[in-house]
Amino acid sequence: METIGSESVRSRRVGDTAVIYAGDYLNKLSGERVERECKRQLESGCRALVINFRDTELVNSIGVSILMGVIDAAEQSGARLIFSDVDNHTANLFEMLGLARHVTITKDEEEALASPRVTEPRAVATGS
Amino acid sequence: MEPNTQRLLHTFAALADLGQEIADNADFEEMLRASFHLLLGSLAIRRGAVAEYDRERGQLRIAAMRGITESGQTELPLAHDHARRLASLGSALSFDDATKEAERFLGDQKEFFGSVEIELLVPLVIRERLIGVVLLGEKANGEKFNEGDLEIVCSLARHIAVGVHSHRLLEEVERKAEENRRLYDGLRAIYKETVHAFAAAIDIKDRYTNGHSVRVGKYSEIIAREMGWNDEEVEGITIAGYLHDIGKLIVDLSVINSPERFNAKESKEMSRHPAAGYEILARINHPYAEIPLMARYHHERIDGNGYPDGLKGDQIPPGAKIVTVADSFDAMTTDRPYRKRLPLEDVFVDFRANTGTQFAPEVICAFCRAFLREIEGTSKEKRLMKLLSRNYDNVEDVGPLLSRMISDLDGGTIAASASGH
Repeated sequence: METIGSESVRSRRVGDTAVIYAGDYLNKLSGERVERECKRQLESGCRALVINFRDTELVNSIGVSILMGVIDAAEQSGARLIFSDVDNHTANLFEMLGLARHVTITKDEEEALASPRVTEPRAVATGS
Repeated sequence: MEPNTQRLLHTFAALADLGQEIADNADFEEMLRASFHLLLGSLAIRRGAVAEYDRERGQLRIAAMRGITESGQTELPLAHDHARRLASLGSALSFDDATKEAERFLGDQKEFFGSVEIELLVPLVIRERLIGVVLLGEKANGEKFNEGDLEIVCSLARHIAVGVHSHRLLEEVERKAEENRRLYDGLRAIYKETVHAFAAAIDIKDRYTNGHSVRVGKYSEIIAREMGWNDEEVEGITIAGYLHDIGKLIVDLSVINSPERFNAKESKEMSRHPAAGYEILARINHPYAEIPLMARYHHERIDGNGYPDGLKGDQIPPGAKIVTVADSFDAMTTDRPYRKRLPLEDVFVDFRANTGTQFAPEVICAFCRAFLREIEGTSKEKRLMKLLSRNYDNVEDVGPLLSRMISDLDGGTIAASASGH
């Protein structure tokens, strides 16, 4: 079920995966609420985050910085992070800046939720 | 699109957005936070901080940060000599300097940063003064910073430095303005106290009219407010009322305190006081410029038969017309050595008879309106009734007369018939 999170950001839970809809926030400071919603979902036990960019027209430097914060939070929680419905321009930007090294980018939300990285446990790196 | 072109466009957009944030954002903390995000996002830098330098306390205050520390600490010491060295580097520093300073800073603040790595330290410098620093950790693509990256960071940092500096200037201007306002308020308070002291001095000289100046000030205030004057103008006319008789200070005491009506010689002596008052008051730089004129003309009459200058109608300043009515009202409603106060109804009958010749119709009308509103209870304050209650019973009995006068004055009957004489 889709809900409005504590930060007025739309999100929904599918098992232990949270889908967060980035909306048009990621080109201004109000995008911090997306980061806070992601952190809230992680704190409530989510093991994977899908950020859906279907309504996002532009990701500027503020948006990139906010997504860096989400990447950090997800890595610290050991959660998986997937970006879905990313348009070509934004996907290229993520590739160029190196964000794509830290996330999986899928065509749409359905593919994100079906992704083995979501459905299967993540291998935990151990020291040799 | 070529990756290099896209990178360039992304950087230009960050610079443009930063300029807009600094120019448009009225909230300084928000502006700093947005600037911080733009800086990190321009090169996808994973961690960093923007800190303001407080020269007096020798501290850096972290205004925005990500992934730097979890200690919750937001203030870091920065020695003056270190601050001076950073200021000398400026924000056009070399790549080597930026990395060396980062290392040095990390070494000084081991507890704060823990295992976090800071790769660049960029000072925010305006006019050779350190106003803050930018600390930057690694990039998301895993590559080391290069000279080109440093150029971008320094450009953005210069914008942020200008934003911080402008904010500080604005704060300083606001602080000075507040300081000036307090000084001005203090001076105004001294001025008012001095005016009160003068009013008391004037009234002490005339033992029969004790409190006259203060009452004229209060009546003038009530009339002016009823006439729609603004607060500053009302304050001015109140003071004019307090000081209107200041010229009496030069009139012989025996004349002022004469127990009988003035003879011709005494009248002549007494009639010097408005012009003398003007001479005294004109030497003072009042916050309300017309005060000396209100003192000079408070014995002028609409028909031109007043003194000292025999002004007519609109030649008389509006303030002086108000003080004239207030002065006459107090004179008629207080006992004099040669006569008792008039019954209140007779006072208004006198006003009615002399409107348009001695008194300005609009002032009499405003006075009647203010009084009637008190009597009818539509006015919150009962200032006139309180002032009169010491000398009069059943003040409200004049209500019907006031209503008729207002109606006649509004219709122009009184002024027209009076000026027809």
